Amino acid sequence: MLAALALGFAAKKFAVEVDPRELAILELLPGANCGACGYPGCSGYAKMLAGGDKIAATCPPGGAAVMDKIANIMGFAPISADPKVAVVMCQGDNRKAKDKYIYLGLADCQAAQKVADGPKQCPGGCMGLGTCERVCPFGAIEMTPDNLAVISRKKCTGCGKCVASCPRDVIKLAPLDATTHVLCNSNDKGALVRKYCEVGCIACQICKKQAPEAYEIENFLAKVVYENYDQAPAAVEKCPTKCIRDFMTSYPEGSSFAEVMVPLKQKNEAA
Amino acid sequence: MAMTNLKTFPGGLHPADNKQWTAAKPVETVPLPQELIIPLSQHIGAPAEACVEVGTLVKKGQVIGKAKGFVSVPVHASTSGEVVAVEPRLHPSGRSLPSVVIKPDGEDVWLENLPKADPATLDADQIKDRLRDAGIVGMGGATFPAHVKLSPPEEKPIDTLIINGVECEPYLTADHRLMLEEPEKVLQGVDILRRVLGVNNIYIGIEANKPDAIAVMSEKCAGSGVEVVPLEVKYPQGAEKQLILAITGREVPSGGLPMEVGVVVQNVGTTAAAADAIINGYPLIERNCTVTGSGINEQKNLRIKIGTPLQHLVDFCGGLNGDPAKLIMGGPMMGMTQLSLGVPATRGTSGLLIFRAGDIHVAEPGPCIRCARCVRACPAKLLPTTLAAYTRLNMFEEAEEYNAMDCIECGCCSYSCPSLIPLVQSLRHAKAAILEKRRKM
Amino acid sequence: MAELYLSSSPHIHSGETTDKVMRAVIYSLLPACGVAIYFFGLPALLVLLTCTFGCVATEAICNRLFGSKLSIADGSAALTGILLALNMPPNSPWWLALLGAVIAIVVGKQVYGGLGYNPFNPALVARVVLLVSFPVHMTSWTTPSPLGSGIDAVTTATPLGEWKTAVMLTGKLPENFSAGMGDYFVGNMAGSLGEVSALALLLGAAYLFWKKIISWHVPLTFLLTVVVFSGLFWLVDPSRYPNPLFHLLTGGLILGVFFMATDMVTSPVTGKGMIIFGFGCGLVTVLIRLFGGYPEGVSFAILLMNAATPLIDRYTRPRVFGTLAEGKS
Repeated sequence: MLAALALGFAAKKFAVEVDPRELAILELLPGANCGACGYPGCSGYAKMLAGGDKIAATCPPGGAAVMDKIANIMGFAPISADPKVAVVMCQGDNRKAKDKYIYLGLADCQAAQKVADGPKQCPGGCMGLGTCERVCPFGAIEMTPDNLAVISRKKCTGCGKCVASCPRDVIKLAPLDATTHVLCNSNDKGALVRKYCEVGCIACQICKKQAPEAYEIENFLAKVVYENYDQAPAAVEKCPTKCIRDFMTSYPEGSSFAEVMVPLKQKNEAA
Repeated sequence: MAMTNLKTFPGGLHPADNKQWTAAKPVETVPLPQELIIPLSQHIGAPAEACVEVGTLVKKGQVIGKAKGFVSVPVHASTSGEVVAVEPRLHPSGRSLPSVVIKPDGEDVWLENLPKADPATLDADQIKDRLRDAGIVGMGGATFPAHVKLSPPEEKPIDTLIINGVECEPYLTADHRLMLEEPEKVLQGVDILRRVLGVNNIYIGIEANKPDAIAVMSEKCAGSGVEVVPLEVKYPQGAEKQLILAITGREVPSGGLPMEVGVVVQNVGTTAAAADAIINGYPLIERNCTVTGSGINEQKNLRIKIGTPLQHLVDFCGGLNGDPAKLIMGGPMMGMTQLSLGVPATRGTSGLLIFRAGDIHVAEPGPCIRCARCVRACPAKLLPTTLAAYTRLNMFEEAEEYNAMDCIECGCCSYSCPSLIPLVQSLRHAKAAILEKRRKM
Repeated sequence: MAELYLSSSPHIHSGETTDKVMRAVIYSLLPACGVAIYFFGLPALLVLLTCTFGCVATEAICNRLFGSKLSIADGSAALTGILLALNMPPNSPWWLALLGAVIAIVVGKQVYGGLGYNPFNPALVARVVLLVSFPVHMTSWTTPSPLGSGIDAVTTATPLGEWKTAVMLTGKLPENFSAGMGDYFVGNMAGSLGEVSALALLLGAAYLFWKKIISWHVPLTFLLTVVVFSGLFWLVDPSRYPNPLFHLLTGGLILGVFFMATDMVTSPVTGKGMIIFGFGCGLVTVLIRLFGGYPEGVSFAILLMNAATPLIDRYTRPRVFGTLAEGKS
């Protein structure tokens, strides 16, 4: 009893004055402490905002809705956060892409990468040891039964933690609206890619011929030009190695994520 | 047995040494291969820069890659012939790195005017310059440039030189044979290093499982002021900090180098190479190497030219015995696995160990049962299992607080773990993450 | 050329694996099991089989339910079962043994995530849960009736229980007290299956020492602490307190010291930590035996120190090579 009283007294006496706006902002934030804003956790971010005079950094997981509310609390000019989503630019799971050796050891991509640059022969391919899955604060990443990382477009908040954790830079942040991607990360020539991967980009130019505005080819690898993403789906069916995928239609093979997402723009127009 | 009186360090373990296959076999010189692939990165520090091009005719000992920076050494042609390519080739690290490919002309002609000298006529700086020009690096496997180790800052006075003839890695006998067959050369090298450092306390540490080498070296050292110290057979007796503790009782402080306690350690192979470099003017283009393991037909000790493809060594040793499962450059405790026999031997190649499927453990790691074998074995006195747990949870700050950076990566923890947890790999991973974090700060 | 394996070093292994360690501990308990069956006959065998198969089956069911890998091959569940059986009275009913097995595996082990993650020794958790839930069943002892001797087992008390009752009633040691030391040593007394024969247990312990599966730290400090503390009290009042030898040979001490306190998962990893752990176990055991409500305190002592293990580990980190002990420069 005495101890409880003492504790209660101490809590009152030594309480730190907190800016009520800081608490209000903290309540709005997702609370994942992912660090995507560049501050130590959600509380560090809230403190920075409450003590500043403008929105110095955005909260990617919170997205536009949260940013608008924060601007409202603080009386700042609203800024538009461009919603992003992380995409694994590879479909070369253990059945589709070859390994150059059998890896024994720590099930971690960064550790495996230090053993002769990782087992997957494709230097840019997903090794499937799940490092990104473990760092994701939102549970948005799954490993398929054939060891390919797949990111849910619904759960991903674009915080970028997985991007930083991948030793092969297979994961890239892309606009949420753009649902069509070239899922390959190999800069090797087509003939070499064919040798080690069934679903790699061989830089055959067919996509570019189909939708010239939507694709560019650099270092033997096709990429979607995201400004013109709406034209990209036209080439999906034409790709000979099926490395272009429209996530509107389906996720990579083996993924349990099956939801079909309506792109953000169309959603906004409908609303 | 007098084993109990032998000097050693706390921790460590006793893996089966498997040296019986090659310990009694004299070193054989390998004939020239069809092609020598000489990587420009064969040492710790900045890689050398190629100074020859396709078509250049080179002599044995000619510089083909120039040193870039203080912690760097030049690279030399291991024989005479024609440069047929300067391009990235598969390197022991598993990557493709810039290399000079030489097609030998079969003459094996030395460069003229090699910088021969009587060590007595050279001062310390001249010797260090010549060692650097000859590309002398630590030949125990770390390949740290010797001239850098021999240049401690003035505020760190050196009073002791230790020659590392421990060879605690199982299977390897290259240093053992060197001490048996060329003890004079080792002692000439000791004299040269002694001149550079100006020290009088000189020890040669040898594990007690090489009584013949201890006898030969002791006999040759008699009256020279060099003391041969027999050491308990225990891995990692040859690790620098553990060796210094065993011989001098001095403990290199955490995060520090041997010079903090006034000691310089050099491998016996490096010492002999230093003698060749100063007295004969030979750069480091050859070394001793043990080719062994169940996957090879005839286990041998070899004198190899730097840049020789491993396949050539295998062919000289009677070829492969069955299907290989693991190709290891170096010893089984700290060596590096190789992608192919097309990789060349480098200045750090103390051995080529070929394992068959029956020699390796392929099993899923189990949960830690806290048996504390790793804790008892760790010569750095770390808690490997705790550190591995922190690493698994990406708690690198905690790992740093638990002294992860003091890990010497000897592998005792992984060797002894009954759950087959890759402990030392976890620690390497943690160390890399901690260094990364420090770099960012 | 076949496909090559690549890995980070080292590339060799001692060959000692978890299942081999567990199997060795199981072998080391076989003499004690044999003695138990000899003295207590068929009921003892039934308890042993029920506990062992109960644990293995429960483990397999848990693996299935939790979606984890089948882990019965590592031998840890079977070992828990045998240890539990050795902690049960010989005439325990089958349902009690089975319940104990389920508690050991589910409450003692699997809820924490399986082998290696449990803070308490699973067999002891089960024993203590049964002891407080079914005190009558768990404390009804029988006299040994060696196989073929024709003697019928009759209900009796354990030597420790006998002493405790006598002291509580009369304040003195029972009559003819030191008569049975030889019997205690071979196991000719009432008690749990594994409590009775110090000889068989020591044989098993010697095997574990020889295989380097247990180290001296915990057993030696545990035993010494018991001897020293019980000895002090004995010297003060030998008419009330039994001598240290009695403490050593009766109850679950030998079983606890060599087979339960040395459980790797739940004891400290450093030498210093093990010594503190052993000392704590010994102290608490003597305190409970001499002053507690229960005649026996080994189980509680070990469980209490299990709880302290993370703390002990935290404060007994070895001095890392190249660092100096605090306070020195």
